[in-house]
Amino acid sequence: MTAVLELRGVSRSHGSGETAVRALATVSLQIRAGELVAVMGPSGSGKSTLLHLAGGLDTPSAGEVLVEGTALGGLSRKQLAQLRRRSVGYVFQDLNLVPALTAAENVALPRELDGVRARAARKEAFVALEEVGIGELADRFPDDMSGGQQQRVAIARALVGERRLVLADEPTGALDSTTGESVMALLRARCDAGAAGMLVTHDARHAAWADRIVFLRDGHVVDESVYVSPEAALSDTPR
Amino acid sequence: MSVRHGLLALLAETPRHGYELKSEFERRTGATLNVGQVYTTLARLERDGAVVAGEPDVHGRSVHAITVEGLDELRRWFSTPVRREDRPRDELAIKLALAVDAPDVDVPAVLQTQRTDSLRALQDYTRLRQRADESGDLAWLLVLDLMMFQTEAEVRWLDHCEARLVRARHAAAPGPAVTPARTQVRS
Repeated sequence: MTAVLELRGVSRSHGSGETAVRALATVSLQIRAGELVAVMGPSGSGKSTLLHLAGGLDTPSAGEVLVEGTALGGLSRKQLAQLRRRSVGYVFQDLNLVPALTAAENVALPRELDGVRARAARKEAFVALEEVGIGELADRFPDDMSGGQQQRVAIARALVGERRLVLADEPTGALDSTTGESVMALLRARCDAGAAGMLVTHDARHAAWADRIVFLRDGHVVDESVYVSPEAALSDTPR
Repeated sequence: MSVRHGLLALLAETPRHGYELKSEFERRTGATLNVGQVYTTLARLERDGAVVAGEPDVHGRSVHAITVEGLDELRRWFSTPVRREDRPRDELAIKLALAVDAPDVDVPAVLQTQRTDSLRALQDYTRLRQRADESGDLAWLLVLDLMMFQTEAEVRWLDHCEARLVRARHAAAPGPAVTPARTQVRS
């Protein structure tokens, strides 16, 4: 099965010559449909750089990033923007919701930018909001919602349409632990339904929702923890 | 772990026979008991007047019931805190304390190996808790919550140890940054 996200020997350096700082050094990683991968590591270990490269928000100094088999390096700016809108959903700590738009309009926005007619985009937005449990808040403005509700809108926006890759950077940021856990349950459910997810977090409790946990140190992958369910371990099924 | 008080708590709900006590104890706490341990404890409780055994049934099993003395003992147990010094020592703390000054020990690797294992346990608990949540098993949820909080605290402590170690090395040898040794990548 083709990986939804594949990184082949990806490196990223900032600056050049003697002052060059290597943020990421030859990282290779695959995430398949149905998989949620958490990335952990101390500050400055390259976690966010990895996520930005995976979503085409940054360009590697060496190596290749492929989303659903398409190498991002070979795309024009327009094609890259289109692929990002259609295939990749982002959830950031800073939610980036448009305050003047309702929850449904915020969620519909990327679809409308992609050429979907307003009515159809709105319909998709309602479905996505229902999916994250806040269908009844579709007409509210972000300022009239709690932090947890706003985060759900951001997740609905990341999941709307046919997007198969969800990238999340500390998505539970300022939320209390119960709301944070429910956000994680949503990401997990989305991956169980067939999406591929990458989650950057410093929180062990949230990383524990993932199938694999990748550890970064100084831009290198130093270890990987793979979850094997007791049932799979007993039947010795290869994963 | 107090098997004695665990059994008294279960008998305070309803009289039960030994095997039923074992399976109910395990279901609620996630801890395992061997049946011999259950019967030895029941014999001691009976000797101390905390439980009484009924006549054996056709299968030779006696139903035990709690007495007034047993209820008093249980009440005292619930109202007494579990003191930290009464708990078993933490092997991990001992291991790291010794690793720091031991020759030829790659301490960052010890930390990372432990972190990977603790996170794997946390992944297990997360899934168990999802299931327990769905089935509404409150007793088991409380136990799982504790295991998760403890494991999470352990991972945070490991991160803290690593940061302390890096600081200590910087202080000892000012110069280029110390890179933690790589552990083998598992696929």
